Amino acid sequence: MRPLTLQRLLFQCSILAVILFVVVVIALRLGAVQISLYGLGHDLISVLLRQTNQLSSDYAMIVIEIRLPRILLAIVVGASLAVAGTSFQALLRNPLADPYVLGVSMGAALGAILALIAEPHLALPVWLAALFTPLGAFLGAAGAIAAVYFLGLRDGQIDSGTLLLAGIISSSFLSAIIMFLLTTLTGRDFRGMAFWLMGDLSSSLQSSLRWVLGVGFMVATGAIYTTAADLNLLLAGEKEAMHLGVDVRRVRLVVYIAASILTGLAVSVSGAIGYVGLLVPHVMRLLFGSDHRILIPTAAFGGAIAVVIADTLARTVVAPSELPVGAMTALVGAPLFIYLLRRRIA
Amino acid sequence: MSSTAQSSSAWSNLEAPRAASDVRLSVEQVSYAYSANPAQAPLFTLEANSFQARAGEIVAILGPNASGKSTLLKIIAGALEPLSGRVLLDGFVTHTLAPRARAQRIAMVQQESPLLFPSHAWEFVLQGRHAYGRSLRFENENDIIIARNALAQVGAEHLSDRWMSEISGGEKQRVILARALAQQPLLLLLDEPTLHLDIGAQVDLLATLRRLAAENRYTVVVVTHELNLAAEYADQVVLLHKGKSLRVGSPASVYQRDLLEQVFHTPLTVEQGPNGRPRVNLLLSP
Repeated sequence: MRPLTLQRLLFQCSILAVILFVVVVIALRLGAVQISLYGLGHDLISVLLRQTNQLSSDYAMIVIEIRLPRILLAIVVGASLAVAGTSFQALLRNPLADPYVLGVSMGAALGAILALIAEPHLALPVWLAALFTPLGAFLGAAGAIAAVYFLGLRDGQIDSGTLLLAGIISSSFLSAIIMFLLTTLTGRDFRGMAFWLMGDLSSSLQSSLRWVLGVGFMVATGAIYTTAADLNLLLAGEKEAMHLGVDVRRVRLVVYIAASILTGLAVSVSGAIGYVGLLVPHVMRLLFGSDHRILIPTAAFGGAIAVVIADTLARTVVAPSELPVGAMTALVGAPLFIYLLRRRIA
Repeated sequence: MSSTAQSSSAWSNLEAPRAASDVRLSVEQVSYAYSANPAQAPLFTLEANSFQARAGEIVAILGPNASGKSTLLKIIAGALEPLSGRVLLDGFVTHTLAPRARAQRIAMVQQESPLLFPSHAWEFVLQGRHAYGRSLRFENENDIIIARNALAQVGAEHLSDRWMSEISGGEKQRVILARALAQQPLLLLLDEPTLHLDIGAQVDLLATLRRLAAENRYTVVVVTHELNLAAEYADQVVLLHKGKSLRVGSPASVYQRDLLEQVFHTPLTVEQGPNGRPRVNLLLSP
């Protein structure tokens, strides 16, 4: 018997934190412009000490103003998607569930686009205008997962195959609506939007949106983490969980709303990045076991690491041009997904 | 059977009127109705049912398929709210208890759902401690001792580090029972626990239940199709037929040939075993 302890949890998270740090440092150096490790360290310390006037190189601008915010965005988006994926897998009792596969990302994308189209016509106050797109994305995500859930029911029970098919069908239906809406936009917007749909971390965010993203991530992840022990039992089946003392309805509601918030936020700032929410929890389960008290924090770190690496590759392999980061994750993720699917059937 | 003397003493007590303070579980006139549509007539009804049980007693709920056994068990567990009547467990109405408070008093062993991800037997048993921790608590020394004891009580210490997917049906049933014991319940409910078990494992499980009920003073309610095992191990039998409880009482008083033939639609005989318990033999036409 070797139950989870706080020490083990902190130890394993700190290993992942170190890996994340190393990945971030490498990502800061790589790019169209190479930067030395010494210069990088000097610049970062200067920024931390708020002595921005002493930045050593002309390239400091690139690192601090362009690469660092983008990497921070990748960290939050990756962590959000991985935590949302872990939650959907537990909530729907389906190891192949994830925001992208279930069509939740497309729901969020549609919500975000509708918000973008509507916003200029609404004369909103400034603070609400910044929140409007993420709010639309959240509502889109919540609507999509509710629809997919009911489509996936068979005789009152969630059927794994039906659920995945419902997700794929919803996803393609929602994409069609999105394409229809995009063609009504002017040419320049269309290209940007299409790129964003594939997953794109290059857009710079308003500072109010950064706050919404950061706070939203912390609150939603924290809310999901309070149900971590309940999720372990929920995986054994809802009836059994209830008899073991889980308030199933409360847990379902909390996780459903929080996972929709995470997906909505991630999609509204970065588009639909696929496969992170599916594969990262799987890899973490193989490494650390399937106890959600450890799975949720390790998945957050894992998702951050995965998206930082994917985005770094996306902006370096065809430099000075760029790939959408979603194309990068799909290139690796799709074959891995097929492998997991086949292994499950076998 | 080692506990013959003890069970026969429990036997004679049964006939005496019960003092209210002895009663731990009191099922009072509970009824229920399933219907697809509230406007339509119910598809299935459970008529008013009553019985009482004390600590250390085993009650078997018997009856053919679709007679309402599992529904009655769910109502006792507090998972279903009865249409009328109530179930009292040490003075608490079971369906009004919060999930956590309920899980500290009532443990349910039911047909297992398939596991999604691999789990060790010890992890499975520790799930029984969930109702005693706050949402983010890590299991402490006390939980581990209780889980160990629970495994020991069902004779499954050696399974502790095995994967649930790798052990046999009988072993799995023991681990599931250990998880229920780790809840430290007053009331232990089992829904067809002997299903899919070979006859040796069935006898084993019921003998274990008998011993646990005596040692830990659990009140046990078990839904089963095994008439002879129920006759051997139960203190009380509730015979359900089409949602109606036809008879409640000691196995000897319920196991009447006419009654059982009428309920189960098969010719049979009932004889008295050497320990005073009835035994059912099926009369199969060649």
